[in-house]
Amino acid sequence: MKSIRHAFSFSFLISLGAALLAVAPAAHAQDDLLGQLEKETTDPQKREVVTATFKGTHIINSQSVETPGEGTMAFLIQHRFGTLNSGAYNLFGLDQAVLRLSFEYGITNRLTVGVGRSSQDKTYDGFLKYRALRQTTGARAMPVSVTLFASSAITTLKFNPPTERSTTSRVTYAYQALIARKFSPALSVQLMPTLIHRNFVATPSEQNDVYALGGALRQKITKRTVLTADYYYLLPGNKPTGVRNALGLGVDIETGGHIFQLHVTNSLGMTEKFFVSETTGNFFKGDLYFGFTVARNFTIKPQI
Amino acid sequence: MKRLLSLVLIPLLMTASQSVSAQGKFMTKVGRVTFFSTSIIEDIEARNTSAAAVLDLSTSQLAFSVPVKEFLFKRTLMQEHFNENYMESTKFPRATFTGHFVGLDAAALATPGSHIVKVEGDLTLHGVTHHMTVPGTLELKNGQLMAFALFSVAPADYNIEVPLLVRENIAKIVSIRVGLTCDPVGGSAAPVTRSTSPN
Repeated sequence: MKSIRHAFSFSFLISLGAALLAVAPAAHAQDDLLGQLEKETTDPQKREVVTATFKGTHIINSQSVETPGEGTMAFLIQHRFGTLNSGAYNLFGLDQAVLRLSFEYGITNRLTVGVGRSSQDKTYDGFLKYRALRQTTGARAMPVSVTLFASSAITTLKFNPPTERSTTSRVTYAYQALIARKFSPALSVQLMPTLIHRNFVATPSEQNDVYALGGALRQKITKRTVLTADYYYLLPGNKPTGVRNALGLGVDIETGGHIFQLHVTNSLGMTEKFFVSETTGNFFKGDLYFGFTVARNFTIKPQI
Repeated sequence: MKRLLSLVLIPLLMTASQSVSAQGKFMTKVGRVTFFSTSIIEDIEARNTSAAAVLDLSTSQLAFSVPVKEFLFKRTLMQEHFNENYMESTKFPRATFTGHFVGLDAAALATPGSHIVKVEGDLTLHGVTHHMTVPGTLELKNGQLMAFALFSVAPADYNIEVPLLVRENIAKIVSIRVGLTCDPVGGSAAPVTRSTSPN
């Protein structure tokens, strides 16, 4: 065994030597100025940030690790029609519509603030998103990007008949760590450990805190089209009664200036509070909401 | 000390002998490359200050290497699309040019002021190479070589596909401006003086 290894390393050395002898004069004769230049400027140790893990700041229901970037304001129109199985009378859901409008502004390349308004339960939400870690290549490469997300939502719905509801009882909080990795230019995967805290629950048996683990992925099919999916698994124990895991499947189409995201999901709501802790539709029984997200970016502070 | 000496000597040698000044090798790693796309709908500009270049006046050869990811745009999304879809900078991280000066008059270069030169060579963008001739200027100033060039490139020639919806937003011909301030390459300062003897 040992001798074989020796023989192998010996022949390897010989061939290496031969290769070097063959290459050296050729390289010299070429006197390649560009090669020389590239050798001086390429630093394999150099760390480079991996960009464009996802096309938009949202995947389907979930936020993605992406942020608009410093000085950029993103305006998002998120739209959900009624369920596809609601029959021809409702034109398969097109008669109904739920909307969320939101603005996201990049204060720095890492920190983003956002506000939104969902028509569902007349809910306002505000959030902070911070890119804590960015995936890099090169020496001591960071394998994943991590974005921390915190949001609070308040419903301004008039309860009928008027009941005693304090302002705090109308508030819900959501906390997420978005952990993503771009495995190849085409494939990105994201994990989202999530905590939803509801200040008010309907029955004493329900827990205020809901825990979930989300997963999402995107796969490019052409340069400008990608397939997306996201899913939230509610951890047993604190699972609210009658609530199902949210699943979404979609297509992102980039048209040049902006991005269209088309999807079907069993969740009607478009913020964490709704899709994690209030999804009731059964995806596989046709309780599917067709929806889309359109994002338009405005440059408030140009980079150059 | 030795470096200090050479720093003092190089400019001295350059002013002392014309043939010496025009034969050095000059280099930069912080060259500036800007491009402009002008259309009826919008103007797009991007700036890169990490271009590396070597200009060898003794052999009339030159080479450029521009890291595509270092282009800064006004709009962050535009920059992302430029890298992701247009230039595919993960696949083709560098734009390069290798070529030579056509009829470079080394003696004339040593006289103050800028001099019009012509460069011929191969431009490689997005994995596609085209031969081209580019006019430019060279000027020797305080021991540094300043180089400028303005030329244009058609994205379609380099297989850079523009989606239909923004076809009117992006110019068919993009103009590129190169501005370099190159320092003499330290290591070759001594060989340069020696190489004057055969002349």
